[in-house]
Amino acid sequence: MNTLKTTQCGETVTVLKLHGEGPIKRRIMDMGITKGASIFVRKVAPLGDPIEVTVRGYELSLRKNDANMIEVE
Amino acid sequence: MEIKIALAGNPNSGKTTMFNALTGSSQYVGNWPGVTVEKKEGRLKGHKEVVITDLPGIYSLSPYTLEEVVTRNYLLNDHPDVIINIVDASNIERNLYLTTQLVELGIPVIVALNMMDIVNKNGDIINTEKLAKALGCQVIETAAIKGTGVKEAANKAVELVRLKRITTPQHVFATDVEEALDIIQGQLSKTVKASQKRWYAIKLFERDDKVMSTLGLDAEIQKKIEKIITDCEKIMSDDAESIITNERYEYISRIVKKCTIKKVTGMTTSDKIDRIVTNRWLALPIFAAVMWLVYFISISSLGAIVTDWTNDVLFGGWVTNFATGALESVGAADWLIGLIVDGIIGGVGAVLGFLPQMLILFFFLAILEDCGYMTRVAFIMDRIFRKFGLSGKSFIPLMISSGCGVPGIMASRTIENENDRKITIMVTTFIPCGAKLPIIALIAGAIFSGATWVAPSMYFLGIGMVLISGIILKKTKLFSGDPAPFVMELPQYHIPSLKGVLTHMWERGKSFVIKAGTVIFVACGVIWFLQSFSWGLQMVDPSESILASIGTVIAPIFAPLGFGTWQATVATITGLVAKENVVGTFGVLYGISEVAGDGVEIWSRVAADFTVVSAFAFLVFNMLCAPCFAAIGAIKREMGSWKWTWITIGYQTSLAYAAAFIVYQIGSVVFLGQNFTILTVIALAIIAFVIWLLVRPAKKLIPVVAAQH
Repeated sequence: MNTLKTTQCGETVTVLKLHGEGPIKRRIMDMGITKGASIFVRKVAPLGDPIEVTVRGYELSLRKNDANMIEVE
Repeated sequence: MEIKIALAGNPNSGKTTMFNALTGSSQYVGNWPGVTVEKKEGRLKGHKEVVITDLPGIYSLSPYTLEEVVTRNYLLNDHPDVIINIVDASNIERNLYLTTQLVELGIPVIVALNMMDIVNKNGDIINTEKLAKALGCQVIETAAIKGTGVKEAANKAVELVRLKRITTPQHVFATDVEEALDIIQGQLSKTVKASQKRWYAIKLFERDDKVMSTLGLDAEIQKKIEKIITDCEKIMSDDAESIITNERYEYISRIVKKCTIKKVTGMTTSDKIDRIVTNRWLALPIFAAVMWLVYFISISSLGAIVTDWTNDVLFGGWVTNFATGALESVGAADWLIGLIVDGIIGGVGAVLGFLPQMLILFFFLAILEDCGYMTRVAFIMDRIFRKFGLSGKSFIPLMISSGCGVPGIMASRTIENENDRKITIMVTTFIPCGAKLPIIALIAGAIFSGATWVAPSMYFLGIGMVLISGIILKKTKLFSGDPAPFVMELPQYHIPSLKGVLTHMWERGKSFVIKAGTVIFVACGVIWFLQSFSWGLQMVDPSESILASIGTVIAPIFAPLGFGTWQATVATITGLVAKENVVGTFGVLYGISEVAGDGVEIWSRVAADFTVVSAFAFLVFNMLCAPCFAAIGAIKREMGSWKWTWITIGYQTSLAYAAAFIVYQIGSVVFLGQNFTILTVIALAIIAFVIWLLVRPAKKLIPVVAAQH
């Protein structure tokens, strides 16, 4: 399964499904990462985590752990 | 008739700028009842009957963050007459997500399409007429920072209230969802207002616990609703929360496609800046340089100069001399002069002396925050601090606290997550501040013949305690709440406006003076009284004062720490007024009234009362225990409750006691060759207990968000 965590910098992917549940999942969805959304992985923080992505025209940072629950194609 | 306007919108949408433009200077800042989220209220310029409430910046009306709950409770229960929804036009897609939820509340909504200046500059086009039609509410173009459109938005809002026109949501969900919502609405009793029924139905569909418990539906209806939801989930093959969120965003994508034309451009200036500032190799050096610069200017160079000036010249010289002179000339009693000059001016002056330094620091923090760098700090530092239960943004308060704990505590403001913020406040004063340095100098000089390892050891102790406390506290029940996801927007960089930065700085400085000032004022008066009077209410030498006799009673408590003398006890207590007082008090109690900063005159007397180990224990206790009144005032201000203030002071003092106890008991056996006693065993047991606290599993297991198949 490909997730946002395994996506390389500079790639653009489409969200297939969000795993997990509760506040974290809701928060990620509220921020615009929903099924079908297109996500561009911009960069990784200097210490290797978190990552920065572009979604719905703005910049968002999230931890790799959380990125792992976002399944992408 | 009074009209209540609520301002709602995403963080970084320019809400506060809009609020300031609407209200001018007539605003009131407080906290929402029972919680520490800031509440701002003001009256519309030129319209006394219009009250404007600035709601916390939020992304959604979900039940998961404090800000969101505060906002929706206000909107549902306080019945504002109209909502002005501030939408960042340069980031329209995510901003409209909140709009789709606001229009369901049954309250008239006006969309203020803010930051239109940026949109126009980028060459993008937004068709506001089409947008208004698609959303079902009026859309006004604004640029709050320049003041354009602001007045119009307010006028339209007031007009809308007069017309009593409620905004009806234009968005319909998929047929299956709408059918489910209809049935749920039918189950809602008459206690729910007709206009709010749709909102409640959607929330019930999302299985919103908080709404479920407020409505208090009986078990049978709950069961029925649950069945409707599960049926719908089966048909749509997704969970209810995802269904609603997905549909909202799909709907917004359609609107945005229809109403906006985005000019395709290359990298913006902000992108270019970000490429350097958070670059893999340059990010940390740049971060270090920025922090050093802020620290250098506001704590060591300019900051130190203004602090010394206010402490020594303004309060220590001019104000004191003037007050003494004035009081003597009217023939005031000695005790009154003592109370006013030594107690109040001395104490409050010690606190206000930090104000200029704090203002400089707040000025820089406001710049870092407003330009967008602060979120990048969190981005860069998150990895390290998360390990210790803190946030990436905790770095700034900790760094500042090495100068002074008061601005350090206040700098924790920038941490959005409540648990992270509270833990940061609780641990930040463990870092030795400037006022603790004289105590270190005294002990190092008197006992350790000026050994150079003493001062660094105290910094390592402080940092160690911060990290240990972070881990321990995060695992306790107090902080067992749901872990806050670190899903953070990185806003575009922009040049902060001078007015915005100054307002920011001034508001923080003002609230410190007012709120912290009252606590300190009283506390300093009390300590002065206790150390100047005997039980017979005669003005006496500190060695015969009430404080001395209290010190004698309390002293045995410190005996297991190795410094059970009343002098050391009293010195520790007066350290609450200001930490550097510890040295001065020793001087007074040992009969030398004038001592230098490091107390060189009393070194031999101090050396006689302490051993190497007890002196170190004394130092450890004074570094970690409850901070000075100024810092306690700041803790009270930032925690927003006495309960949390006491928890903080209690935790700090217990930790200080435990650490000093371990140092003294184990140190006596190891370094002084004393016998192994029951107290040594207790010290070892405390170490074992702390280790257990560090390694035990968290109170409430953090939901593991592993991918499930």
